[in-house]
Amino acid sequence: MMILSGDPPRSRALTLILVVVIAGLAITPLVFPGAKAMNVATKICIFAALVASYDLLLGYTGTVSFAHTMFYGIGSYAIAIALYSMGPSWAAVATGVVIGLPLAMLLALAIGLFSLRVEAIFFAMITLAVASAFLVLASQLSWLTGGEDGRSFQLPELLRPGTVLISRGTLGFELNGRVLTYYLIFIASAAMILALLRVVNSPFGRVLQAIRENRFRAEALGFRTVFHLTYANCIAALVAASAGMLNALWLRYAGPDTSLSFSIMLDILLMVVIGGMGTIYGAIIGATIFILAQNYLQALMGAASNAAAEAGLPLLPGLLHPDRWLLWLGLLFIASVYFFPTGVVGRLRNPPRKSA
Amino acid sequence: MTDLAAIAALPKPKRDFLPVLLPVILALAMLPLIGSGSSWVTLTVASFAMGMMIFIMASGLTLVFGLMDVLNFGHGAFISVGAYVATLVLLPLASWVQADSLLTNLAVLAPAAFLAMAVSGALGLVVERVLILPVYGQHLKQILMTTGGLIVAEQALYALWGPQIIPLPLPTSLRGSFIIGDIAIAKYRLLAMLVGLVVFCGIQLVLNRTKIGLLIRAGVENREMVEALGYRIRRLFLGVFMVGSGLAGLGGVMWALYREQVHASMGNDLTVLVFIVVIIGGLGSIGGCFIGALLVAMVANYGGFLVPKLALVSNILLMVAILMWRPRGLYAVTSR
Repeated sequence: MMILSGDPPRSRALTLILVVVIAGLAITPLVFPGAKAMNVATKICIFAALVASYDLLLGYTGTVSFAHTMFYGIGSYAIAIALYSMGPSWAAVATGVVIGLPLAMLLALAIGLFSLRVEAIFFAMITLAVASAFLVLASQLSWLTGGEDGRSFQLPELLRPGTVLISRGTLGFELNGRVLTYYLIFIASAAMILALLRVVNSPFGRVLQAIRENRFRAEALGFRTVFHLTYANCIAALVAASAGMLNALWLRYAGPDTSLSFSIMLDILLMVVIGGMGTIYGAIIGATIFILAQNYLQALMGAASNAAAEAGLPLLPGLLHPDRWLLWLGLLFIASVYFFPTGVVGRLRNPPRKSA
Repeated sequence: MTDLAAIAALPKPKRDFLPVLLPVILALAMLPLIGSGSSWVTLTVASFAMGMMIFIMASGLTLVFGLMDVLNFGHGAFISVGAYVATLVLLPLASWVQADSLLTNLAVLAPAAFLAMAVSGALGLVVERVLILPVYGQHLKQILMTTGGLIVAEQALYALWGPQIIPLPLPTSLRGSFIIGDIAIAKYRLLAMLVGLVVFCGIQLVLNRTKIGLLIRAGVENREMVEALGYRIRRLFLGVFMVGSGLAGLGGVMWALYREQVHASMGNDLTVLVFIVVIIGGLGSIGGCFIGALLVAMVANYGGFLVPKLALVSNILLMVAILMWRPRGLYAVTSR
């Protein structure tokens, strides 16, 4: 239990689901080496870490930030710009990390000190404004960021798909650069999630929860709440930027749509709430459900839309069009905030008691 | 002593004029920087018109927050809905819109605007009952619920109208500009200014001269006390919410005509601007919202003219500057 920081899933069903998800992610490259399955698995890993870091803010401190994609984007762009301008070398990756992480942290520090003094609602609005300004900046400063097109780049030799380390004959599967990148991302994401679990179960994490429950009382107990909130904001920003770096390494590309757009922010919000706020484990569940739905439900909706169109029903084909899947997810989101505010994890931990 | 004498004996509340002077000072300070007087007038008129449109959209949001401590992150949805509803009237009656007669043009614009207000107001009723009523007093859930509402509304607009941009040409008689000497003033901007001023005066009159306005102001100050006096503040709030949504719809129509196009993402884009205005003005203050909208529009217009690159982040810089000066906005109305 050391590795889980003394905070086990506390539910048999939840443990089972988590084991299945994590084992599934671990063996994906061996069992489903296809490009689509690999992309889905990678996205789940990256978003599980990203969403867990957002959960630190939303679930544990109760502050709503709309700037989380900004940090994600800073990480992505740091790697992309470094590898683009310095060529595919490990030195470039290191430069991206060394520049990207402190930048994200400084920005988080500035935003935190400036706006965490006031109420949650103020912070939400200010982060929304700052993040949208950053998005505009990233798409306008095209000499640096490549504008709307973003930046594509080459990976170092070792991580390229063409690099075969162990050929198919020896082990029954091919260990190439792509698989190596996948495991790099898998391990890095797992490490970040475990680190976050450590953070929320430390005395520091308890203070965050106290602030969430009653900020005034936490302050009266002698905790400097602004300091704690800003600190949490910085940690979350660091993890988000790291997740962004992993994302850039996998896509070999960074652009406004893949790393900064407002829709990613909404996705993160949906994942946290569906998975369960204030649990960290909810991030893994939420990211898995959401990304599987995003990739496989859309096909189903397309089929349903076509069927409805053939049956000549009005309006339904439009509502069931694959591009409209967010509509249904939005409805699900509202329903889950209303009916299951604790998300999947909270539901599994505390099943509803039958009324007498 | 009569009532009147008693009132006269009370000390007058201190009036805070500094924020009012701010846009004037800003405009005058820009005059030497811009150099040419005619472009200064054009820019000032443009920012005034833009400010009025933003004010119309933002006024509902600030009142709703001030009165009931509810921040509606889905406010942008009403803006888009208003714009889309207006196309229902304006596009089928395109021949009226294209007619070169101010009367015919207004005869089609006015019903379009009223329909947009009615529909977004009615939508406000639904949103308040379904989304906000269950989560009164819980900020976190309010933000989540209304954000969810925004997603659903935007996607529903895409599903109903399709994802393409709908062009919405300005009526013929509102195109072009009046030329006075070497100063050009766009006609539509004058109309926008007029509508904005009417809305502002209307809100101020209702708030300051009617019983309902008195109750609203009292509710902003102390909700429990108003309830204790026997008024159903929930119903009052529902009314304010609907009016606010309707105004957002009106703002959406005007903005769509200003840009001459309608798209479901416009609400989302404008939400940020509206939030900045509401924060600058001080949550809950109509006067602050008015000045905030003017300042934001001025910074956008002057900034875009002088240093185009800076215009991208000018709103944020303005917000930071104002909050440094007054951390709770220009006019801090609520005690929250």
